[in-house]
Amino acid sequence: MTTNLKGRKVVLHDMCLRDGMHAKREQISVEQMVKVATALDAAGVPMIQVSHGAGMGGNSLQHGFALASNEEYLLAVCPKMKQTKVSVLLIPGLGTMKELQSAYECGARSVHVATHCTEADTSPQHIAFARKLGMDTTGFLMMAHLNTPEGLAQQGKMMESYGAQTVYITDSAGFMLPDDVTARVQALRDVLKPETEIGFHGHHNMGLGISNSIAAIAAGASRIDGSVAGLGAGAGNTPLEVFLAVCDRMGIETGVDLFKLMDVAEDIIVPMMEHMVRVDRDSLTLGFAGVYSTFLLHAKRCEKRFGVPARDILVELGRKKMIGGQEDMIEDTAMTMAKERGLLKDVVKAA
Amino acid sequence: MKKIKCALIGSGNIGTDLIYKIQRSPVLEPVWMVGIDPASEGLERARSMGLKTTAEGVDGLLPHVLEDGIQIAFDATSAYVHAENSRKLNELGVLMIDLTPAAIGPLCVPPVNLKAHADKLEMNVNMISCAGQATIPIVNAIARVQTVAYGEIVASLASKSIGPGTRANLDEFTFTTSNAIVKVGGAKRGKALAIINPAEPPMIMRNTINCLCETEPDQAKIIDSVLAMIEEVKKYVPGYKLVNGPLFDGKRVAVFMEVEGLGDYLPKYAGNLDIMTAAACRTAEMFAEEILNGKITLKPLAAA
Repeated sequence: MTTNLKGRKVVLHDMCLRDGMHAKREQISVEQMVKVATALDAAGVPMIQVSHGAGMGGNSLQHGFALASNEEYLLAVCPKMKQTKVSVLLIPGLGTMKELQSAYECGARSVHVATHCTEADTSPQHIAFARKLGMDTTGFLMMAHLNTPEGLAQQGKMMESYGAQTVYITDSAGFMLPDDVTARVQALRDVLKPETEIGFHGHHNMGLGISNSIAAIAAGASRIDGSVAGLGAGAGNTPLEVFLAVCDRMGIETGVDLFKLMDVAEDIIVPMMEHMVRVDRDSLTLGFAGVYSTFLLHAKRCEKRFGVPARDILVELGRKKMIGGQEDMIEDTAMTMAKERGLLKDVVKAA
Repeated sequence: MKKIKCALIGSGNIGTDLIYKIQRSPVLEPVWMVGIDPASEGLERARSMGLKTTAEGVDGLLPHVLEDGIQIAFDATSAYVHAENSRKLNELGVLMIDLTPAAIGPLCVPPVNLKAHADKLEMNVNMISCAGQATIPIVNAIARVQTVAYGEIVASLASKSIGPGTRANLDEFTFTTSNAIVKVGGAKRGKALAIINPAEPPMIMRNTINCLCETEPDQAKIIDSVLAMIEEVKKYVPGYKLVNGPLFDGKRVAVFMEVEGLGDYLPKYAGNLDIMTAAACRTAEMFAEEILNGKITLKPLAAA
């Protein structure tokens, strides 16, 4: 790994109030959002993402209903920001341009337009529209371990051609090893225009959020997603205050105040957690088996209802190559497994 | 028996699969395939299957409509060009079956409301979307038992089965399908989600239907209604299959379906193609029967 990163400038993007919604079953209140966002703003975090865990259009039976609408969250948070730019997530097929327009009107100025790592061509409308609104626009390639570096580079190139100013490698499953990250950033760097930025969004399921993010920077990435105290899906995102400490030691310039960020983690985020977001048997399984991190709590709920262990369900979902957005298939898979194990019967006609 | 002559507009996945379905119909005959790219594989295939072709778009078809006796057209292009296509063909008295998300005509899901379209002279009928055809029968099966406050569907589709038109226009797919969950399904509110999965081997089309009932679900009645509806859909899509459910969770009812195709144009995983083309074909057949037995007479629509 290149260790001399002294003087490199990196934009930190906090995910507590979006990815963290998954870890909180979408139950973060408007007041809590404002409190966290204000503290992150005061600590100098340049960008934060605020929305339902699944982004625009996320409020659903599939992804859970949040305590408030995306508009309510954004309208409460955006006007309070002194220097922080607020972003949202938009997954085509779930969210629409109408919802993006609405988020923009509520103050969002940046967007991650997310597709599975092989389906970039479902995003041209949305990326172009975000640019038309004047938003800072990122193409966000999820489950990036499921595409080769060259394949991912081609997908990133497509997003760039639609208008994306930044392309993200998104390790949704927390599966990647540092070499996997290096190879993908390099492949993107080789094909993208010099002015197009590269970002990395990690999950800490294998404990590699920080080293993967450093590997990304060493290979040319200039934007890093993380979340304070790791509040995010699975074992959480790259814990931002820890990552910041590493950046400070390495001389990577972020403009964020380390002690203030530590305080946000300790005094605000950790007391908000319903469960300790950490590497445990189930979240480690996500990373090990390459499963979408958001599936974790759904699988745990199915374990309770159908009696099939969450780890078994997650491994089966990995085997069936289910991707982000297929949360319905968790219940379906659990029911099929419960039938095979004699724990559930088929429905029969009553009359 | 006399058959009604048909034109197919759009030589992509849906248009090509339609050729197979229409060729098997006792009352429909595919005569023309309309494309926009002379080098397209779809036009080549249509020619090899005995159809006349034009690469000049709908304008290339118009001079032949009367001499070839075209009475029904299927539009599998995009929401953006459908209105123009429909206007031009309606003026020549051609009935339009719309397989785009344009939805300018009444919406049709055969087992739910095909009969309601009978005896009416409708010159444009919309087939919603593949996800709509696969899920709205189930929403309706629940809504005919008791009030559904909210219906939400998730369609998982194999990446290889989704053509460039659908990919570039996912918002239209979302809006049209969400609206139809209410208009045809009978739910008070509706929402549609689509996921494109690139797994190899490709996954069979899956659909999850979640309904929130206003009151406690009547489990026995809902189970019977859903199972009866599945039999109706199976009549034209034999691979329509219940995998899990109905699952009852408070006021929520969840049904997990799989749609295996016949493997005509794309392999069997692409049930999304079949359920769309089979529904369109069934709808056209009903109108064709009415034309043949004199119940309806197609007339040119005056230009608006």
